[in-house]
Amino acid sequence: MDSPLRSLARWSKAPTKGVQTAKSWVNVPRGLAARATTPLLPDDYLKMLNPLWSARELRGLIVDVRPETADSATVTIKPGWGFSGRYQPGQYVGIGLRIDGRWHWRSYSLTSIPRRDDKNITITVKATPEGFLSTHLVNGVKPGTIVRLASPKGDFALPDPPPGKLLFITAGSGITPVMAMLRTLKSRGQQADVAHIHSAPSADEVIFHDELRELEKTQPGYRLHLQLTETQGHIDFDHLADIVADWRERPAWVCGPPALLDNAEEAWKTEGCSDQLHMERFTIAATDKGGEGGTVTFAISDKTIEIDGATSLLEAGEKVGIQMPFGCRMGICQTCVLPLESGHVRDFRSGTEHREGDRIQTCISTASGNCTIKI
Amino acid sequence: MAITDIKEYAHLTTEDVEQLAQGLDAIRADIEESRGERDARYIRRSIQLQRALAAGGRIALFASHNKLAWLSGTAMLATAKIIENMELGHNITHGQWDWMNDPEIHSTEWEWDTTCPGVQWKHSHNFIHHKYTNIVGLDGDVGYGIMRVTRDEPWETWMLGNPIYNMLLGTLFEWGVALHHIETAKIRKKEKTWAEARKDLRVIGKKVAKQAGKDYLIFPALTRRNWKHTLKANLTANLIRNYWAYMVIFCGHFPDGAEKFTVEEFENETKGEWYLRQMLGSANFNAGKFMAFISGNLCYQIEHHLFPDLPSNRYAEIGVRVRELCDKYDLPYTTGSLGRQYMQTFWTILKLALPDKLLKATPDDARETRSELKFRVREGLRESFIDPDTGKRRGLRTALRELRSGGLAAYQTPRPAAVDRPTEYPRFDLW
Repeated sequence: MDSPLRSLARWSKAPTKGVQTAKSWVNVPRGLAARATTPLLPDDYLKMLNPLWSARELRGLIVDVRPETADSATVTIKPGWGFSGRYQPGQYVGIGLRIDGRWHWRSYSLTSIPRRDDKNITITVKATPEGFLSTHLVNGVKPGTIVRLASPKGDFALPDPPPGKLLFITAGSGITPVMAMLRTLKSRGQQADVAHIHSAPSADEVIFHDELRELEKTQPGYRLHLQLTETQGHIDFDHLADIVADWRERPAWVCGPPALLDNAEEAWKTEGCSDQLHMERFTIAATDKGGEGGTVTFAISDKTIEIDGATSLLEAGEKVGIQMPFGCRMGICQTCVLPLESGHVRDFRSGTEHREGDRIQTCISTASGNCTIKI
Repeated sequence: MAITDIKEYAHLTTEDVEQLAQGLDAIRADIEESRGERDARYIRRSIQLQRALAAGGRIALFASHNKLAWLSGTAMLATAKIIENMELGHNITHGQWDWMNDPEIHSTEWEWDTTCPGVQWKHSHNFIHHKYTNIVGLDGDVGYGIMRVTRDEPWETWMLGNPIYNMLLGTLFEWGVALHHIETAKIRKKEKTWAEARKDLRVIGKKVAKQAGKDYLIFPALTRRNWKHTLKANLTANLIRNYWAYMVIFCGHFPDGAEKFTVEEFENETKGEWYLRQMLGSANFNAGKFMAFISGNLCYQIEHHLFPDLPSNRYAEIGVRVRELCDKYDLPYTTGSLGRQYMQTFWTILKLALPDKLLKATPDDARETRSELKFRVREGLRESFIDPDTGKRRGLRTALRELRSGGLAAYQTPRPAAVDRPTEYPRFDLW
């Protein structure tokens, strides 16, 4: 038997099912007030006074956009109600931006670290030519804009306490989750032995260049090797020991473009120490491995759309107005998985073809001929 | 007996209907292509206005002992409820705004401010009514199972109460809508068991408890000593919303010219014929911008039935293009003032309370229902053709007009003139 008090609390909270809160007691007054605002939540009225006063959908206010390099910027976001400030360094956050009336979603690594005195979060975004949203975030978004947020997620995170010796290998904007880890180590005062290899075309294009150099000076355990590919070429994994002699003994966190990850995977596998390797595929390599396209039918919603071999099934569903489940939108989190009822789809990162009956990740799959998904 | 051969009734060939469908598909494509920030702002602002009115009304009613506060509070609350049900609830659950990819304004998430549960509404309205529109025996909205609105339905004694049911439904509209999903007609015909109905009733009961709790318990209680005034105000606001919603909805399918169809028509229907059925089965009413807004743009019922999931703020411009198509294919576009449309509806309800033997017109040629047979009896009128002199098509609209005005009297079988009609029974069809 539950205590009457607990039953009362549960009854009070009933209308707030599915509403995220930083502290669970908040849903008691919210649920009570919802008896008067039904079928809406009090949040639906309060957000008219302040757009951040709603936890129905997590929201954030862009307070600052600061350029890092010529094509990257750090976006500072003040989260609204319901956003839990608890996240681990290395995790990503989903950002929804409204462009021409439609919400578009993408995930970015958090570069901020959880702090008691500063609840704001930051993401650092590099504009990529095909990245519609990233370009918008770097060049188009103004402070004062309201964005939607999805709670931080991801397994690519630094454990606490950290291992004594670590290796970070990053390239381009792959530095972002690792930056959060480095900042965390520094703020906690954890003196780990860190070897960091970062690859970028030139010194000008190194995101957080000055901060990394500063860390090198102030943190005794931190060693940075900058691989500037315009003059030095790509990281040669066959000769990794030339840069970090004991790399095989170090738990490693690797983040960067797919080619780098493939090479790293290969190197660690050859040495038989794959369990030491943590990777994050932070971009979808929508390459030549795409499907041939076709007509996608969404069985339950009774909608169809024709797509090319580069459009994901997730985007296709959203285009016809279906509330598709999604999380990271880059093939990591499995939130978007749906059953394939008929036809074939292709994973456009690996080129693997899936057939009817398979459960597929819609964010990284595209049609390979006509197919039907059950949603 | 209602329309079975829609092509013949519409004076169109298979190719004509196909071309008409292409024209309508083109309208849909253009609108879908051009949906954007302007439309998104429209719905966001409508929501803001509705919530501001609701909050304003509730706040004003804290002083409900004051006459002015009572009046303004009730007016604001009634308007908020009307906007919520018509422009927001009805249209959002149709998926008109799903394209924005916003979970807060989405057909799968929206619950509307009325006693009818959104889930049931989406089945009985979005699916049943919009798919089987005006098919006698399939569309539950033809008389809602409690009224006779076409003489295609055989008369039964209980239908004598038609005008009373009509008045009750208008007054208790919210509750009628909530119970609609129960499908009393099906239970009467034993096509649905009471056990199934009880399941539906439980879902309805939960929603009713929340809605009634808010309006008749919580807000009166919150206003303490003014509770009686607040209760009356909330009741009045709900009543006003009921009458207005009833009015708008009845003027969408029951005025003269909104045709009925048989199950056979539906069985072999093409996409083009589906479009045609929606066009001929619905009726608009004339409205300015304000009236369009508070009717949830259902003054454009024809456009809504052609494109139930396109944003409501575009129905006005879609209407211009639909009228052009009607002109091209010489099809009627049924519209009129709200008063006129309602009076026609009311008259239909009134006279159909009576058994058919007291009525003159046949189900093939009555004001509220017609069929292709209407034209078959008159030789020389059936063929539609392009007039060689004017280059204009002479189709259904011209045929209807000529029959009405007697312009082609020479072709008609002689009918007794109005004055000569026997007067044993009141002849309601003279109206």
